[in-house]
Amino acid sequence: MSEIEVAQISCGSEYTGIQREIESAAERVGAKIIFPDIDLEEVESAEAKFGLKVTSPDLKLMLARAISVVEGHTTADAVFIGTCFRCAEGALVRNEIRRYIHEKSGLPVISYSYTERTTADTLLTRMEALTTIAKRRSLLAREEQTGLTAGIDSGSTTTKAVVMENNKILGFGWVGSTDVLKSAEEAYSIALKESDVESDAVQALGVTGYGRFLLGKPFNADLIQEEITVNSKGAVYLADRQKGAATVIDIGGMDNKAISVHDGIPGIFTMGGICAGASGRFLEMTAKRLGVDITELGKLALAGDASNISMNSYCIVFGIQSLVNSLSKGARHEDVAAAACYSVAEQVFEQQLQEIEVREPVIMVGGTALIEGLPHAMRELLQAEVVVPPHAQLIGAVGSALLSSGFVDK
Amino acid sequence: MANIFIYPSNSLILYDLVERFGHKPLAVMQEIRKKVTTAGIDSPPLNITPEDPKIGLKYAAVEVPAGVRGRMSLLDPLLESAEAAILVEDAPIGFGCMGCQRTSELVGFLIRAKHVPILELDYPISDDAAKDFVYQISEFLEGLKGAKEAKNE
Repeated sequence: MSEIEVAQISCGSEYTGIQREIESAAERVGAKIIFPDIDLEEVESAEAKFGLKVTSPDLKLMLARAISVVEGHTTADAVFIGTCFRCAEGALVRNEIRRYIHEKSGLPVISYSYTERTTADTLLTRMEALTTIAKRRSLLAREEQTGLTAGIDSGSTTTKAVVMENNKILGFGWVGSTDVLKSAEEAYSIALKESDVESDAVQALGVTGYGRFLLGKPFNADLIQEEITVNSKGAVYLADRQKGAATVIDIGGMDNKAISVHDGIPGIFTMGGICAGASGRFLEMTAKRLGVDITELGKLALAGDASNISMNSYCIVFGIQSLVNSLSKGARHEDVAAAACYSVAEQVFEQQLQEIEVREPVIMVGGTALIEGLPHAMRELLQAEVVVPPHAQLIGAVGSALLSSGFVDK
Repeated sequence: MANIFIYPSNSLILYDLVERFGHKPLAVMQEIRKKVTTAGIDSPPLNITPEDPKIGLKYAAVEVPAGVRGRMSLLDPLLESAEAAILVEDAPIGFGCMGCQRTSELVGFLIRAKHVPILELDYPISDDAAKDFVYQISEFLEGLKGAKEAKNE
């Protein structure tokens, strides 16, 4: 595969000390960072042309570089947009440029706000998704699972495996993640047993999730793929919304993904991983505090009213403290469960969904989508159709099995 | 000869003027040169590492963007050794810039807070204003020589 050129449009990365990390993440997925060449006159005229006035010269440079990409003076396969975390002016420019490039050029775009602690590992999944969307569209075009294939999703909290044959799930395994390899072997053997299939009979296998690189070799995987593209495909496939626009929300154990897709291919996406208060972990802690199993939390939440609980913080520590305080004042468990679900949904809504284009249907996936209170809260916040497809928790594994059937044909 | 802090800190015109009038210009290029010629550091393009924004915490708290703090770590030695300053407001990008307006605001404040002699000028937009611009800089720099000599006596 020829090297993919990713145009970097950013402010502050060289002064933050993380430019090397951006380039390293790109190199690891076979991409090369390029900077659009710009004349001084183009920088000076960029504000008027773009229609946004900014004070920082490097942000004017960003506008000029974005125009260069859209107008075709710079040829690139994808675009990475970055500004410093906590820079308000930078955030405005970042968002508007992302929208502008996505609408005017159709190129895949990711944006990120960095600190000095940003590493190549943090950027890797995003960069991998960006390059996949840019160069492997034929892989992502697959809409049917054919042959006998399997998928393993090695997540931060749980590991999932499925065995599929000709568009049908034969069996699945779903276990807690401990040792990456052992958990995958366990989930996979459960899936094989349930399917009544020997591993030798499986024609192709795909792996995704945090542990994908570790699993690739031992499982002799045909496909090792990040979760953004895999989950997008899995979501539209399971929800039977393969054509047209959709929004995929995956609230995971460690991070969240919000992906705006078209015909199953991700357009704009965000991946949040800074605050645990917006993750499945927060709901697990709430369930533990309420003395119920996580599988019961959703039903409990549906019977409650979140507005009866005062939540002072989205933080996983202080948020739980608010819930505990409410309980000590005699709050109903149902209301506390509803407030926890609403808090997670609201945080994803405020911090991630603002960065993508939310287009109906909204497809909620991942294990947390089965906590009924969460899609209910999201439905209330978005006032939009929220779909939870069957087997929503298996999204990554199903997406892997679906995409890996492309290797059966070969 | 005095150490003259210039802003925009990478302005070649200001650098040249200060040097011509016998003073030592303090420009960010000197600091970047030190960075890029330091052996053993591989953090292109400027060899600023993630440790540098932490040095910038001297001037700005952690909630200030890392890019501002990274720039402040470069400017720190210049601010420390400044004995006088020439600040030019509203200069076009070609005249020199640090790229970040928040950094410019902070640097302006810090150099004023040092209570060293400062010449603040608007960027000239006509020939006459340009002549006056150079004249004011020359007067300021000449005056510093006299003040320094008087102080030494």
